[in-house]
Amino acid sequence: MFTVFLQFLFSGLTVGAVYALVGMGFNIIYNSTSIINMAQGEFVVIGGLFMWFFSETVKLPFFLSAILTVLAAGFVGLLMERFTIKPLKSNDLLLMIMVTIAVSILMRGLLMFKFGKDPYSYAPFTEGEPLNIAGAVIQQQTLWVIGITACCIVLLFLFFNRTMMGKAMRACAVDTTAAKLVGINVSRVVMISFILSAMVGAIGGIAITPISLMEYDKGPMLAVKGFCAAIMGGLGRGRGAVIGGFAIGILESMTAGYIHSGMKDAVALVIMLAILFFRPAGLFGSVAMSKLRKF
Amino acid sequence: MLILKNVEVYYGKIHAVKHVSLHVRKGEIVALIGANGAGKTTLLSTISGLIRSSSGNILYEGSEISGRNPDAIVKLGISHVPEGRHIFKTLSVEDNLLLGSYHRYSFRKSGPVKKDMEKMYAMFPILAKRKKQLAGTLSGGEQQMLAIGRALMAEPRLLILDEPGTGLAPTIAKEIFSHIVRLRDDHGLTVLLVEQNARSALKIADSGYVIETGRIILQGSAEELLLNRDVQRAYLGRDLDTESPL
Ligand SMILES: Nc1ncnc2c1ncn2[C@@H]1O[C@H](COP(=O)(O)OP(=O)(O)O)[C@@H](O)[C@H]1O
Ligand SMILES: [Mg+2]
Repeated sequence: MFTVFLQFLFSGLTVGAVYALVGMGFNIIYNSTSIINMAQGEFVVIGGLFMWFFSETVKLPFFLSAILTVLAAGFVGLLMERFTIKPLKSNDLLLMIMVTIAVSILMRGLLMFKFGKDPYSYAPFTEGEPLNIAGAVIQQQTLWVIGITACCIVLLFLFFNRTMMGKAMRACAVDTTAAKLVGINVSRVVMISFILSAMVGAIGGIAITPISLMEYDKGPMLAVKGFCAAIMGGLGRGRGAVIGGFAIGILESMTAGYIHSGMKDAVALVIMLAILFFRPAGLFGSVAMSKLRKF
Repeated sequence: MLILKNVEVYYGKIHAVKHVSLHVRKGEIVALIGANGAGKTTLLSTISGLIRSSSGNILYEGSEISGRNPDAIVKLGISHVPEGRHIFKTLSVEDNLLLGSYHRYSFRKSGPVKKDMEKMYAMFPILAKRKKQLAGTLSGGEQQMLAIGRALMAEPRLLILDEPGTGLAPTIAKEIFSHIVRLRDDHGLTVLLVEQNARSALKIADSGYVIETGRIILQGSAEELLLNRDVQRAYLGRDLDTESPL
């Protein structure tokens, strides 16, 4: 009984880790621009598919492939910002969000063009026997996913709280006028936030693909789950997205295990609706803060 | 130090600043007074690059700065404390000050910046006490001090202040004003000051301009303006008609 529970818990933590990364990606961009980037899920797909491309087709070593993949994703983020977000320079957030939807559709099209509709996978990072904890079987890749997510969380935390650039990005989110007046190049901060969130998404994609496979159209579902994670924790709050991501992952896996696997994807949507109805500021966000926001 | 020549600013079709020329000399406090909606904030924002002028020249230390971005203008030594303070509310007091030094900060040479932070804390001891607090939790006066401290962290030679005393208790406003005087006298800072309370602004200023519906209608030394009947009637709250009938 407990063994089964543990099994579900670990599989929940694994997907939850990716939701958390997607959720943090949402937050990074939201925090410096108030835009909700609907192409966030595509960066995860890019992570998985590019990693496959570099390691299986070009046959580059693992580390190099991973680095190239993350850089490539960052470059896609940069292109997206420079060619769609920056030229528009609009204050109409709804319009900007629609643009990100358009970009996500375009990206999906290009990915399908290059990779087709098949799911892709590659070998786990380390080979070896799965671990056995109280009877539950845990693949080594699961630990990689959780470990890498934890590293990303810590690094992002340090970046936003300890470095000048990170503080400048937060400053832009709080008050764009004041950020300009202290000499922050706001346009560059927006660009960096797109690069950074693309990279975070890609890292998630690289880590999860050996477990759950990756195909060109996985983006929207990941975006919905990640978005749900972000609003569950209160949009814009780093820690909130992490807790929200893991919570949704675990709830999903429990639902699939104890109720029915067909219900799995409904969990995030139900949670999202419930939060939007009853607590729009998120479980951890403050109501006062959310009133100050544009979105 | 700062010369504006025939500056025009529009918000779409609204002509907010009309043909404004003014001159701020080095080491002076120059007061810009005028009623609500006269165009004071617009003019200051144009100088610091937040808003673009449609024509005219803005010369700072001899070079044209109109059309440049705010981050370039801050680098040249102009710091703008905006109306409503605009502190980074969800960041700590310390981070607010640190961000003030953004344009000159380098990780490897953070020594001078740290020293300047200590200077700010010496100037505004209350900020030292509140270092770790979120800036949004400060009182109005403290927020104004923080906004000024943050602007000073940029090492400006020209400080632009937009209504630093508005919304503060009179004693606190007085304290802020005495800081402004000290910045000029002890640090040689040049100040362009906008203030609703025309009397207290003109009292500490060397010269002043009066702006009405986007136009400079009067200029002169601070004493002249304080004694000017039109200024007294319109901005100093003296009703000369009832004081001296006939
Ligand atoms: N963002 C804006 N868009 C359109 N009109 C504006 C804007 N800001 C100010 N104005 C108008 O420009 C004029 C000058 O405003 P402002 O510079 O704020 O005056 P002041 O600071 O002297 O009170 C006012 O008539 C105001 O309505
Ligand atoms: Mg004003």
